Amino acid sequence: MGELKVKDKDIVVPGELLADGMDYLPSTGTYRDENCILSFQVGLIQIDGRVIKVIPLTGKYNPRRNDTIIGEVVNITMNGWVIDIGGPYSAMLMLKEASSSFIERGADLSQFYDYGDIIVAQVINVTKTKLIDLSMRGPDLRKLKGGRIIDVTSSKVPRIIGRQGSMIHMIKDSAKCRIVVGQNGKVWISGDNVQDENKAAEAIMMIENAPQVEGLTEKVKNFLEGK
Amino acid sequence: MVYSKRFDGRKFDELREIEAKVGVIKSADGSAMFRMGKTIAIAAVRGPRNLHPRFMQNPEKGILRCNYDLMSFSVTERKRPGPSRRSQEVSLVTEKALLPALNLDEFPNAVVDVFIQITQADAGTRCAGINAASLALADAGIIMSDLVCAVALGILHGDKVIVDINKEEEDYKDGMADTPIAIMPHSGKITLLQMDGEASKEEIKQALEKAKEACKKIREVQVKALKEKYGGMKNEV
Repeated sequence: MGELKVKDKDIVVPGELLADGMDYLPSTGTYRDENCILSFQVGLIQIDGRVIKVIPLTGKYNPRRNDTIIGEVVNITMNGWVIDIGGPYSAMLMLKEASSSFIERGADLSQFYDYGDIIVAQVINVTKTKLIDLSMRGPDLRKLKGGRIIDVTSSKVPRIIGRQGSMIHMIKDSAKCRIVVGQNGKVWISGDNVQDENKAAEAIMMIENAPQVEGLTEKVKNFLEGK
Repeated sequence: MVYSKRFDGRKFDELREIEAKVGVIKSADGSAMFRMGKTIAIAAVRGPRNLHPRFMQNPEKGILRCNYDLMSFSVTERKRPGPSRRSQEVSLVTEKALLPALNLDEFPNAVVDVFIQITQADAGTRCAGINAASLALADAGIIMSDLVCAVALGILHGDKVIVDINKEEEDYKDGMADTPIAIMPHSGKITLLQMDGEASKEEIKQALEKAKEACKKIREVQVKALKEKYGGMKNEV
């Protein structure tokens, strides 16, 4: 007989018993040990029918294909750029993926992206040994100028964006800032003045610090309007 | 002299007062403090991150590196700072006690660094260190199949086992086997078992049973500390 030991949206820790018996299925963040399903990480329970999942609340960014990320140029090589994307591995932006226009052989690559430049790029491939390839060819993939970057936990990015972008649109409109959210937990904010930027940053940190609170959208809205 | 009562009046299977706190070092990826009586350990986890020197890299999975040390003021006679024969041994056994719980397959060529410092020592420091480190690893979001709980037992001659010994008991003159044990509570797997002294087979069996019970209590404290940090997020704002 299968028995569920936790409720939806419960917080669990590694090794915590989630379900007894074979009636439930382990998904990401969980594992099966004989008859039990246990948690692998500190996280939030999500139960979808018979499938049990743990959404991590901490941890480093693990790159996946098609993620849009924000990175910093840390090195320039013969055939591309090395980009720091905030995890344990740096990514590679190859020459042919760098621009839609033609880059001549032997050109000075720092004219396109120089050391310290912040770029929005897309992950096009991740190998098993964690070699990460990026691309700059696509809509909205560009170099970012000005603004500031704040770090959040990558697993909370979906909450910052919200359903169909509802949360991030609200923050953008209300704080009058341009915001780009990278899947790697880097958020770029640029506004006309410091106050606007601070307001947007505070709203985002609110989500970072309380991602699973009830009626989060409402609370962020009140915060943005109240200030 | 027969050992019929403990120095601090505890029952034979009673732990000292335990306290755990997660997230004590803000700049680290994960951190925790663990106190057992007068023994205090703090642990910080940094990583997974790029591993240097490169010859240590493992392309199949990430590696774990532990560093245990006593702070110079943690003991009654000043401890000379820096690695010693003892701290190197404890670092190694800590690493081996934690590794079976971890899954680092997702992080080839990378390293997870664990730094353990003992700020106050009153016996059982390696156990407090392991307890703190396991909390810090969970706080860092490392994939682990279970928390690791550790406790130091004393085996006295004549079938007596005392749980969670302090310094006075460790120095007991008539001989006692100082036995630190680390267990993964769910599976009951033993990841650390050392013994300094002599004991019979029966005595060790008894000690293992006592350790399992004690580790369940330690786990409860660890779970509470983790849920305090992350559960708190639910009620904030």
